[in-house]
Amino acid sequence: MQSITDSSVHVILLGAAGIVISHNVAYYRPADGKMKFGYVAVVSFALSVLWVCLSRWILVSAFPSELQYINWLNNAIPIHAFVGWMLIASIGFRSQMWYDAADQQESLQRKEATEKIVREAELFKLRQQLQPHFLFNSLNSINALIMLRPKEAREMVLKLSDFLRGSLKREDEQWITLTEELKYLQLYLDIEKVRFGHRLTTNVTQEEGLENVMMPPMLLQPVVENAIKFGLYDTTGDIAISIRSWWQDNMLYIAIQNPFDNELQQPNKGTGFGLSSIQRRLYLLFARQDLLETAANQNIFTTIIKVPQAHDKSSHN
Amino acid sequence: MIKAVIIDDEPLAREVVKEYLLNFPQIQIMQECNDGFEGLKAIQQHQPDIVFLDIQMPKITGFEMLELVENMPAVIFTTAFEEHAIRAFEVHAIDYLLKPFSSDRFDKAVQKWLDHFHTPSANTEALLETAASTPLQSNRVVIKLNGKIKIIPVQDIHYIEAADDYVKIVTAEGSFLKNKTMSFFEKMLDPQQFTRVHRSYILNVNQVTRIDPYEKENHLAILRSGARVLVSKTGYPRLKAALGL
Repeated sequence: MQSITDSSVHVILLGAAGIVISHNVAYYRPADGKMKFGYVAVVSFALSVLWVCLSRWILVSAFPSELQYINWLNNAIPIHAFVGWMLIASIGFRSQMWYDAADQQESLQRKEATEKIVREAELFKLRQQLQPHFLFNSLNSINALIMLRPKEAREMVLKLSDFLRGSLKREDEQWITLTEELKYLQLYLDIEKVRFGHRLTTNVTQEEGLENVMMPPMLLQPVVENAIKFGLYDTTGDIAISIRSWWQDNMLYIAIQNPFDNELQQPNKGTGFGLSSIQRRLYLLFARQDLLETAANQNIFTTIIKVPQAHDKSSHN
Repeated sequence: MIKAVIIDDEPLAREVVKEYLLNFPQIQIMQECNDGFEGLKAIQQHQPDIVFLDIQMPKITGFEMLELVENMPAVIFTTAFEEHAIRAFEVHAIDYLLKPFSSDRFDKAVQKWLDHFHTPSANTEALLETAASTPLQSNRVVIKLNGKIKIIPVQDIHYIEAADDYVKIVTAEGSFLKNKTMSFFEKMLDPQQFTRVHRSYILNVNQVTRIDPYEKENHLAILRSGARVLVSKTGYPRLKAALGL
């Protein structure tokens, strides 16, 4: 009877001490450093002293007349205290390690989530660079056409609406077909043609069989904007802008060509022509730096964009 | 009769101005121009009283064109620039119309100018100084050379020298005169790259290979081209600071 009571009191209280230290490190763990292990050592020591005292007090109260047993109990105090301390400390260290690992995992997840949000925001910003300059100038053209050629004014309003609707829609979509993107660009080019009249001619071609090839939306838009900008503002003559697309090395290739003035611009420096945002976006999407190529030949500037095809397009961001 | 010239690279934008001008039969449109080059010629030829001028145009901006104009006409800017980009010019009391603009707004601008017809547009110089230091054009200088317009990227400039009412812009290709002041260039050019080393000299610090003492308290900067530029007592510490010495 005595031995059963003795061991159950000791074991139950030791268990309680283990739970206490485990909870304790769950809520408070000293930062990495000297105190990291010292803290658990001190707490477990205090708990083992408490454990020895409490068990002794209970057992002495339970068997007040058993002097021999009490004597034995007193003699065993150092051993009890040492074994208890070791056990409680090891529970404490284990818990500490476990909670640290859980913490680390959580912070890692949090970091990943934060990075994802930042990346998405960045992508959103890069996608969405509709130029107010373009919009207001287009409205100004409409203003002129209303008086001169009302029918064309109406056409222009419809094209502009389609274009704007397209750019709003694109904010939700992750990937679209090449055909869709080219149709959208054609709208943009048509509007520019109304603005700049006979100066601008465009040629958009697509290799057969590429109708359903997918690509990220609004990737070409800034490149074409650039092509227009450097074509129209760097030269005073007529300009032709061409967009060609083909399939090569398991990737979609799109080449955009525009004339430029090689005295005004030095396209060979860096990516030039403000294409760094395209570079950035391609990197965010595919983690590759080699998907944007530029070449300047005489007064023709060519931008080539390569779009790798992900196996699972719908889940790709 | 009042003479006007319209300069805009978008034909339809010119149509709007033309249409709105029907309200002012006393104003006659002498010419419509597609860009600053044509504009400059038209202004020289017709000596207009007023110019309706777009800012963003091929090759040279509307501001750059005005820099090259000799007899400055009154100017009303027509632009699609966002308001904040152009607010800086408000202080110079020259009107600007944000595209698309209404006929009422246009009438008001023209009427305001008609009411002050005889006041010369003295503020245009100040306006051009402001415009020159905007990112739109701070990386190049436009000059007129034998009736042609030449655009010089600022990094090609070795140094700038005062020459009476002009400044001499010295490059590897030779030197060019421009009817502007030293302080205009001092304000326009990036002070990290261009330092006023002397009352008469602004120096591209990237061109300097050596600095020698010269006479009493002066120095001479030796450029890569071999040219020697006088550095004054006050200019010397400025040059040293720009070179990071």
